[in-house]
Order: sequence, then structure tokens, then C-alpha cells
Amino acid sequence: MTRAARWEHFDHSADIGVRGVGPTKEAAFEQIALALTATITDPAVVRPNVAVEILCEAPSDELLVVDWLNALVYEMATRHMLFSVFTVILEDSRLTGTAWGEPVDIGRHAPAVEVKGATYTALRVAQDPDGAWVAECVVDV
Amino acid sequence: MDLCLLTRKSDIEWWIDPHGAMRVPGIIYATEGLVREMDAKVYEQVANVATLPGIERASYAMPDAHWGYGFPIGGVAAFDADRGGVVSAGGVGFDISCGVRTLHTGLTRQDVDPLKKQLADELSRSVPAGVGSVGRLHLGRGEMDAMLAGGARWAVEQGYGTAADLDRIEEHGCMAAAKPEEVSAHAKERQRDEMGTLGSGNHYLEVQHVVQIFDAAVASAFRLHEGDIVVSVHCGSRGLGHQIGTEFLKRMVVSAAGHGIELPDRELACAPIDSPLGAAYLGAMRAAINCALANRQIITHLVRKAFAQIVPKAELPLLYDVSHNTCKVESHRVGSVVKRLFVHRKGATRAFGPGHPDLPAAFAAIGQPVLIGGTMGTASYILVGTADGLARSFGSSCHGAGRSMSRHQALKQWRGRQVIDELASRGIVIRSPSSRGVAEEAPGAYKDVTAVVDAADRAGLSRKVARLEPVVCVKG
Repeated sequence: MTRAARWEHFDHSADIGVRGVGPTKEAAFEQIALALTATITDPAVVRPNVAVEILCEAPSDELLVVDWLNALVYEMATRHMLFSVFTVILEDSRLTGTAWGEPVDIGRHAPAVEVKGATYTALRVAQDPDGAWVAECVVDV
Repeated sequence: MDLCLLTRKSDIEWWIDPHGAMRVPGIIYATEGLVREMDAKVYEQVANVATLPGIERASYAMPDAHWGYGFPIGGVAAFDADRGGVVSAGGVGFDISCGVRTLHTGLTRQDVDPLKKQLADELSRSVPAGVGSVGRLHLGRGEMDAMLAGGARWAVEQGYGTAADLDRIEEHGCMAAAKPEEVSAHAKERQRDEMGTLGSGNHYLEVQHVVQIFDAAVASAFRLHEGDIVVSVHCGSRGLGHQIGTEFLKRMVVSAAGHGIELPDRELACAPIDSPLGAAYLGAMRAAINCALANRQIITHLVRKAFAQIVPKAELPLLYDVSHNTCKVESHRVGSVVKRLFVHRKGATRAFGPGHPDLPAAFAAIGQPVLIGGTMGTASYILVGTADGLARSFGSSCHGAGRSMSRHQALKQWRGRQVIDELASRGIVIRSPSSRGVAEEAPGAYKDVTAVVDAADRAGLSRKVARLEPVVCVKG
């Protein structure tokens, strides 16, 4: 029995751990992206008005999830946007994703911190014994 | 950290004896109390760094060491290219050349106290800070490359600050051998709107007052006196440095096996100094150092303009500018020979002492100022480099308090408003676009900066000169 998709944060002494959990690997990738947004602001206050397409390729699932998060960091930084809805399609070593969001509104979003990059620390993409997929790593803020 | 794992050389020096694949010992400079507080991961990371090819003397940890990425934050290691030495993107970190600069103001506490709220408002209006903030300067492709090659020297040529500032910056404001062509289009795009911005997290702009002098002669040479007001800026190479760190980390992870390097931790990703990838990283990393130097130079200009609005008599010459996250080529003695080594400082400050040839003339006889940032509620310190520091830690010291509590835990314990009100009751004015950001940076989430600085002083890494306390703090 797999559990419902969810995200959470975990402790790292200087930074923040992000974790996505879902019934499929894709769902775990979508959830970890929400956990990334939640390091900055409450995803519930980010309106999914504008779609941004993202493509990544990496030789392993673990490198791919870091690439996915770093692509989102790049899009947030260069478009001055935050994202709250994500879809991910995985095919072999390729990820095709869409992130929906809106431009940063300092007053409404009150962003707490800027993410510098996703790291290979505490990095894991795996299927737990209960069948749920987990994707997690620490992000540098 | 478990003390049983260490050999106690003195009450301030602890060794991890070489074992397994370690090529050199690990050396931690800290008091017993600070070592006990250190995460067990610091032990693992200091030992892992000691396994890298071409490492010389030891893998060092400064008194503020904490769990980092591959290297501990507060880690120092030097590599010899002739012995297969490596350069590590993880050993420099994501925020390349993040650092601190401190400016004099010529003002005293009495001058500033009645004006501190206006000053706080003007500084927070003048210096863009926080997520989504953009600078007023937008660089095109040619200007971007000129900035990456020229650093603070470029910024001065554009009218930000004066030539006199350059003598008070490491590398005289311009890191040589930067290669803008090795910086990706993505990294440049990320920096396009970010020149002259502070960033977020632990970055800050503080008006501080000098509350205590420990070494009157050195303080006088640094032109610091009790009651003086100074301004300190803590920030780095912004999006450009982060993007370079991200991209090269992946390239080094993917290519490590091809270079015959076995990585005990992916974050230790590195490449031989003499390889094409190593050379490309060094060129890009040096360009990022220039970006950080230019960024702090532009912010300095904005700070001067803000002060001119509120306290026209203020003059803000630069005391010094130090970088924390770098790899630099320096001459160091190893045994009986002097070698050119690639010294990585990850969350560690260069702390050259009197007589060092790389120091500007103003500090040649006394050693360089070592600027240590604290928290918005405690204190910052200015120390001076020591001649003995070269033998102890390749001329390196601590860089700040270091967190003792995660952001996650800090959020559970404090609210931003509560932190701001508590600091206001102590006369400290905070300006930040993010209440949650303030809570995550609560002073209680950090180690005791005084204990860290005292340990650096006792270990002889640098000597205490002055203690500064915050008056106004602008956070991202």
C-alpha cells in the first residue's frame, strides 16, 4: 500500500533538507519541488498562473533530481518567479517537467530565503519497503 | 563530536590520526567545549578531505567548523599540482568568494543614535535585499565579461567607489587569471539583475559600534577606537557563483572516475589541477571571485550614498575586504621547501600576519584585518593575522559563529516579530522584507561567536583586536 503524495523538510545544521514522497517516482519528484518552494514561502499563496517547461538529463535518478531542483532554482532566479504546481514525466535518464507559478510578490509571498542550489548531501531517490518513492537532498540557502 | 576519536595535542589542537585512505592527519583547532558541540559529520568530512590526491600537511578545521558539503564549513586544505593535486568545487562551495568588508564612518555612537531608524530605512531602501530583489545595474554581455575579468577594479572604473578602496581588498580588488569565457551563459543570465544586491540567508548589512578594544596598538593602526561606528557588509557572488558551483560540481562528479579519483562523498567532487576541467573551474571560480568583489564594491557605493543622505558629515573609507569561500594559489612552506599550493578555504578567512608579501602596504607591518561576522543580536569581531598562522593553518582563521541550530528548528522556536521586538528593546534596529527570514536567523540559532573567536585567538590563528555590536541590521 503506498501512501498519499506529500512533502516535508528535514534538519541540516546550516541549511534545509527537502523530501518528496509519492506513489511513483514522478510524484516524489513533483513533491520535492513543492518542498523546495516551501523553503522560500508557503506554496499555498503562490498562484499557478504561468507555466514554465523544464528539461533535464542525467546519468542517474539521484543526479537527475538534483538537476531538476537546480533547474527550478535557475528559473526562479532569472524569471523572478515562485512555483506551486509541478508535473514530471520521466523517461530513462530524461525528465520533462512543467512548473506553474507567478512573479514574486514580496508583500504577499514574504519570501524567507533564496535557495543557492540543490546539493548531493543526504541525496537519495529510492522506493521504500512500503512501496512509496522518496526523493530527498539538502538545499544550500 | 566524540573526543575519543581524537588525539589531544593541546587544549586547543586536536588531531584525527591518519587511517584508512587518509594521506595526511586532520587537525581541528577548537576548545574542548567547541569540539564536543561539533557535529559528528565534521569528523567524517575532515577525514574525507584528507584522502584527496596531492593534499599537503593536513586537512584543517577552524573553531567554527560545522557540517558542510564535502568539506566542512570552516575547512582548509592545500594541494600541490605537481603531486597530482586537485581543485574541488565542493571545497570552495556554492557562494564563491562570499565575504565581509568593513567601512569606517568617522562617526560615533552619539552621532548615529538619534538617526538610526532613518539610517535603517535609507539603507534598506538603497541596498536591494532578499528574494526577488533586483539591482539597478543590468549588465549586457560585454559589460558582464569586463566585470568578471576586472572585479572591484571594474566597479571603480564605472564610478562605484574610489581607487583608494582597491588597496584595501584582497588581490587589490581584481583576481588575476579569471576566465569569463569559462562562465556559462546560465550563470551570466542569473547575474544579469543581481549586481549590487545583498542576497538573503545569513547575508547582512550592519551598522556597528566598537564596544571593546583588545589590542590598542593594532586597533590604532586599523584606525579603530572605542565608540566608533563602522559598517560591515556580508555577501558574495550571488547567482553567478551559485550557478558555477552547481554546474562544476556535477561535471566533477561525473568525471571523477575518469580522472582516477575515488570520491568518499560526491560533494568532494574535484578534478586534477592540471586537467582541462580543473583549469576551466579555476578560470570560472576566479571570475566569480571578481563578481563578489564587484558586488561588494557596488554595495559600498550605495551605502555611502545612503549615509550622505542621513549624516552628510560621514566619510566611509574601506578598512578591509575578506573572502571566505575561495581557492587561491599561495606560497607555503612544506617541510624544508616552499611550494606553490592551491589553498581551499571553505568558510574560512585568510589571516596573513605581519611581513607577508601579499598584504597591502598599510598592513605589511602589522598583519591583515580578519573580519568575523556574528549574528544580528550578539557581536562581530575584528582580529589580526599572525605570522605563526602560516605554519598552523596556511594562514587561515575562523569566519563566523556558525549555526548551532537548523533553520527548521529555529522556526519552531522563534517568530520574526518576536526577534525584532526583543532586539529593538536592546536598541538594535532590524529591517528585513521577511519575518520568517529573521526567525530563521535568530541570534539563538548560532554558536557563541565569542567562544569561536577566543579559540581562534588562543590557537594563534589570529589575534583579537576589537569587538563590534550591532546598531542597525538590514537582512535579506
